Amino acid sequence: MATRPGLSARVLDGDRRALARLLTYIENDDPVGLTALDRLYPHTGKAHLIGITGPPGGGKSTLVNELIRSYRAVGKQVAVIAIDPSSPLTGGATLGDRIRMLEWYDDPGVFIRSMASRRFGGGLAQNALAVAHTFDAAGFDPIIIETVGTGQDEVGIARLAHTTLLVQVPGMGDGVQTLKAGALEVGDIIVVTKSDRPESSELARDLRSLQTLTFEHPVEDASVWKVPVVKTSSLRREGIAQLVEAVADHRAWLDASGQLGRRLTEIAATEVSTRIQMALVAMVQGDHSHDATFGGMIEEVVARRVTPQRAAQALVAKLSARDDDATQDAVPG
Amino acid sequence: MTDRQDDVTFPATPERTRPIRVLVAKPGLDGHDRGAKVLARAFRDAGFEVIYTGLFQTPEMIASASLQEDVDVVGLSILSGAHMTLFPAIMEALRQVGRDDALVIAGGTIPDEDVPLVKAMGIAEVFGPGTLLQDAIAFVRDHAPVREDLP
Repeated sequence: MATRPGLSARVLDGDRRALARLLTYIENDDPVGLTALDRLYPHTGKAHLIGITGPPGGGKSTLVNELIRSYRAVGKQVAVIAIDPSSPLTGGATLGDRIRMLEWYDDPGVFIRSMASRRFGGGLAQNALAVAHTFDAAGFDPIIIETVGTGQDEVGIARLAHTTLLVQVPGMGDGVQTLKAGALEVGDIIVVTKSDRPESSELARDLRSLQTLTFEHPVEDASVWKVPVVKTSSLRREGIAQLVEAVADHRAWLDASGQLGRRLTEIAATEVSTRIQMALVAMVQGDHSHDATFGGMIEEVVARRVTPQRAAQALVAKLSARDDDATQDAVPG
Repeated sequence: MTDRQDDVTFPATPERTRPIRVLVAKPGLDGHDRGAKVLARAFRDAGFEVIYTGLFQTPEMIASASLQEDVDVVGLSILSGAHMTLFPAIMEALRQVGRDDALVIAGGTIPDEDVPLVKAMGIAEVFGPGTLLQDAIAFVRDHAPVREDLP
């Protein structure tokens, strides 16, 4: 059999089958995916990463469908990463965002990939950004990451995307909700969906008035991004053009203000830190070389003999002691 | 990076431990999606990742979703009686996008005399009315294709 080019080469060549297949390896942290990503990563950094977060049933997927329409109208190749929750009990998942975007099935300029959160938390999936890198290398721009339906505190997407759209839905509480800390603070653009509903004007007004509740004098300072509140109705296809414009404005501001570099650094730091945390937990849990094992420590905690805090300290200390030994072993004589 | 770190940090994912991805789709024009939903739910509870695209799926839509989602399994539910027309079209559409490697299974109202014909089209198994959900789950676990690719 003649050797076939690897997945990464085929992805760079525009092969959609290879792209889809590689995404599976990458999602699973398979060595094939990790090696392919080594090869693809130098080709990334071109795409605009747009995050969309907001409550379940808030109209995120339907809004994404409208964004696809707008970007396709100007010839952009759009990738969508749609994340839905995994079962905390079985690990299974029903991924149903795609159903809102079926009309693009025969458009080669649109690629939609569903991901299960696999209990990662924060409305994200562990390898969502790695999947985005792969789309980036394959030439897609923009790349839209739609989070799991979220509530007040899932802000992780804002540390991974260049521009974060925070979806707010009319009819979910009074103006006090808009005063609370959390997700509302991290949106680069606040989108009030379902503007065909009467309560939407009230919500948009509350959100805008919130922005005036500050002791700082409003100054014309180009280094400060003023978060716009955009009303959209996917049903009536209203406000979508304004939203696309706001996204473009935000991107232009990132470039002009010098904030882009800062944000890219933050994204990279977040991604690497996340991997470190996971690797450390896996190392601690998998280390059976000493008497204080993870399982043994957990038993101590359950028996109320050791606090969770001290157990974690002891396990990490053990790990770093082990690594000191290993480093000394590795030093050439 | 040393080999030891490689081993500890990123253990290889053995084929059988990664979640099986399944597309559950309802081709054709009948609006009875309860069977598809029951199956989607059962697969979810079995630990599979189910992409649910619902009613009125054309062969091209099924092929496109199978390609982009890179599913291991395509589950078709059909109650309209149009399986002898739709299934060959779906199998051809899957071939067109290079997804004839997927395990295709079918459920719904398919008469016994049609089952051998449907299987001859490349559909691996037919689960008619009265099928135990655990039988369908076990079949998928046993027959989901194994892969090998170069990075």
